[in-house]
Amino acid sequence: MTETAPRIAVVVFPGSNDDRDAALALESLGAEPVLHWHAEPELPDVGAVVLPGGFSYGDYLRAGAIARFSPAMRAVADFATDGGFVLGICNGFQVLCEAGLLPGVLRPNESLSFVCRDAAVRVERNDVPFLGECEIGQRLTIPVKHGEGCYFADDELLAQLEANGQVVLRYDGESPNGSVDDIAGIVNADGNVMGLMPHPEHAADPLLGSTDGALILKALVERARERLFAAA
Amino acid sequence: MKATVLVRPKPGILDPQGKAVEDSLRHLGFKVEEARVGRLLDLEVDASDPDQARAEVERMCAELLANPLIESYEIELAETG
Repeated sequence: MTETAPRIAVVVFPGSNDDRDAALALESLGAEPVLHWHAEPELPDVGAVVLPGGFSYGDYLRAGAIARFSPAMRAVADFATDGGFVLGICNGFQVLCEAGLLPGVLRPNESLSFVCRDAAVRVERNDVPFLGECEIGQRLTIPVKHGEGCYFADDELLAQLEANGQVVLRYDGESPNGSVDDIAGIVNADGNVMGLMPHPEHAADPLLGSTDGALILKALVERARERLFAAA
Repeated sequence: MKATVLVRPKPGILDPQGKAVEDSLRHLGFKVEEARVGRLLDLEVDASDPDQARAEVERMCAELLANPLIESYEIELAETG
């Protein structure tokens, strides 16, 4: 196999609205994004999967609660179990939590207001596939835009997450949503599935005011490249 | 068979919606200690007896209607008539 751009699937649910932004950002960072309709049960041969932001199924019942039953999600779960890299952004994070691929849940913001602004987040770890281009303690400026971004885990689960180092991004300064422990992003126990509320795809070009999000997506593209082409 | 499911935020879970309602009621002059906002679902279940209906609705709650991390639920059954 000759080395070309690594393919990364961006799953499109009814109500996703950041799928194209995510695909554009991934493409600009050297990937070949593939928009994957949620009703398709089989994933193409990809090095990573992105669940984009938006309002899948209108956020009915609970954000992400219905999208988790999409046929594509079974394939995403299998891909994750197999060690594949899965990144959930905003609504994608909500879907991953509802699907049980990430622990905890995202609840309506403490303020009850939709929040749309730049947020500062601090990198807690850089030994997970998504944060390899960042320094520990690095402060990233990435926009948030959500109504249900208040991460919640009960005391027991929270202690477990902290002990395992699964909290990888924390809001630095004022929290936009009231998340416990200022949590902005977490990974699963194996570190190959990550969810975050900020939108790296909206901070991936100087025109957008920040390129900090590109650090996260670039790392994902490189890991996807290794996964697809390392054995070649 | 009709089933009604009441989904509530678990005790101790911050309920910003309930808080907003509580504040509004106080603002209107009502003496309210606390308000919590949940969700009510009316279902028409295809089941032959109440036990089967209840078991079916239990599964619906576990799989979709409630998130056990933050919500509790109660099921009430009534004959369709």
